Amino acid sequence: MEVLLGITGKDFTIIAASKAAMRGATILKASDDKTRELNKHTLMAFSGEAGDTVQFAEYIQANIALYTMRNSTPLAPPAVASFVRSELSRSLRSRNPYNVNLLLGGFDALSSRPCLYWLDYLAALAPVPYAAHGYAQYYCLSILDKHHHPDIDRTRGMELLGMCVDELKRRLPIDFKGVVVKIVTKEGIEEVDFADSGPIHCP
Amino acid sequence: MDSLFDKYTSSSHEEEAQLQDADQELSVNPPLSLKFALPPVAQSSSWLRAMTDDHSNPSCPIKIAHGTTTLAFRFKGGIIVATDSRATAGNWIASQTVKKVIEINNCLLGTMAGGAADCQYWLAYLGMQCRLHELRHKRRISVAAASKILSNLVYSYKGMGLSMGTMCAGVTPQEGPALYYIDSDGTRLAGNLFCVGSGQTFAYGVLDAEYSYDLSDDAALELGRRSILAATHRDAYSGGYINLYHVKEDGWVKHGFSDTNPIFWKTKLEKGEFSNVTANFEDDDTSQRV
Repeated sequence: MEVLLGITGKDFTIIAASKAAMRGATILKASDDKTRELNKHTLMAFSGEAGDTVQFAEYIQANIALYTMRNSTPLAPPAVASFVRSELSRSLRSRNPYNVNLLLGGFDALSSRPCLYWLDYLAALAPVPYAAHGYAQYYCLSILDKHHHPDIDRTRGMELLGMCVDELKRRLPIDFKGVVVKIVTKEGIEEVDFADSGPIHCP
Repeated sequence: MDSLFDKYTSSSHEEEAQLQDADQELSVNPPLSLKFALPPVAQSSSWLRAMTDDHSNPSCPIKIAHGTTTLAFRFKGGIIVATDSRATAGNWIASQTVKKVIEINNCLLGTMAGGAADCQYWLAYLGMQCRLHELRHKRRISVAAASKILSNLVYSYKGMGLSMGTMCAGVTPQEGPALYYIDSDGTRLAGNLFCVGSGQTFAYGVLDAEYSYDLSDDAALELGRRSILAATHRDAYSGGYINLYHVKEDGWVKHGFSDTNPIFWKTKLEKGEFSNVTANFEDDDTSQRV
């Protein structure tokens, strides 16, 4: 019941991840951050097998930093995506593969375009205008199919995110404790306040 | 008193058997019977599961037609009922032109999701019972009563492998617009809004976002249509045609059985929705990024 959402717009990418850290029938933490900054313009959100997720994310984070130090050049989001995919696919063919699903949100300073990549634990990579992982896919993709346009502004992007989160609150049987929201723009990554809309009732 | 009590309390099987005996001289055609031959095993439901579970045993001998999107919602102008039209048996699309809305009478509609045969048979049976109620009582059955006939019936077969998720929608003078959800577990719920089937989540997504009780007739019809379209786009087991009905005080009105494909492309190209699907096959900027 982990929720990952990604929405691109005219000049930004929004990444949202649920705040609940669940083990079995227990919520261990209600302010978990399931994202890691890979560099100034790339943010990765992850879900999947407990333990694997953070290990993989921080392994990627460290190796991106290492590459940048060695070559004194930052990796653009498409390059980061390719690197993450190759690491995940290498792991998939090992004895104990990482079981993680990812969203990579970024802003490509070269083409000055926002970008979003969807990766699953089988190392499938797809560039998409909006994305979700887990049960959120079932509820949110149809909303985004209808309401998303590539040239939306930031306010509209947050409105769409609000629609998605409200629907999940309405229909998911387990409380996911709201979402952490981060936006990637030309200026970098910033966490934004996401006003909790309170309980949502079924019509 | 006891004899009177006994006379009117019998399970639906026995009751039907009695009715059948009484009718024998009257009708030439044997009436719809509730006596079925059951497999000679202890647990008929687990036997059925073993024979039909496509997921764990792809070479199972019986493939049940499954997978659907149906929705119905109440609003100030009545009730909107919309369905797709695809029937699948495993990965095989068995039909693209299924009528999943059953017209029980000119004020009552039923929807089909789950096992196609179960739904078709039992909604036809419900239609028959509703007509009999009408003849016996000289007035149309309420939606509450009709839905209860169905829920009691499926509950009497609980654990025997019935698979159905249906909605009964209708307008009667006593109740006004009424909507009930009934499934083969025996659940029966009255409500304002239901989506049923494998594509339900996708339909809920679109429907919940813009649903309000005060929708206009046209807006409600369009929202019903768009919600089914969303489900046919994302759910592999839904598709075909959009079957749309509007139930009003003076009966239901059908609003077409329309192909999803032209509606999808019209929606995409005119409204700019479905931005993840490319309509431009020449210069596809996603191809260079992967």
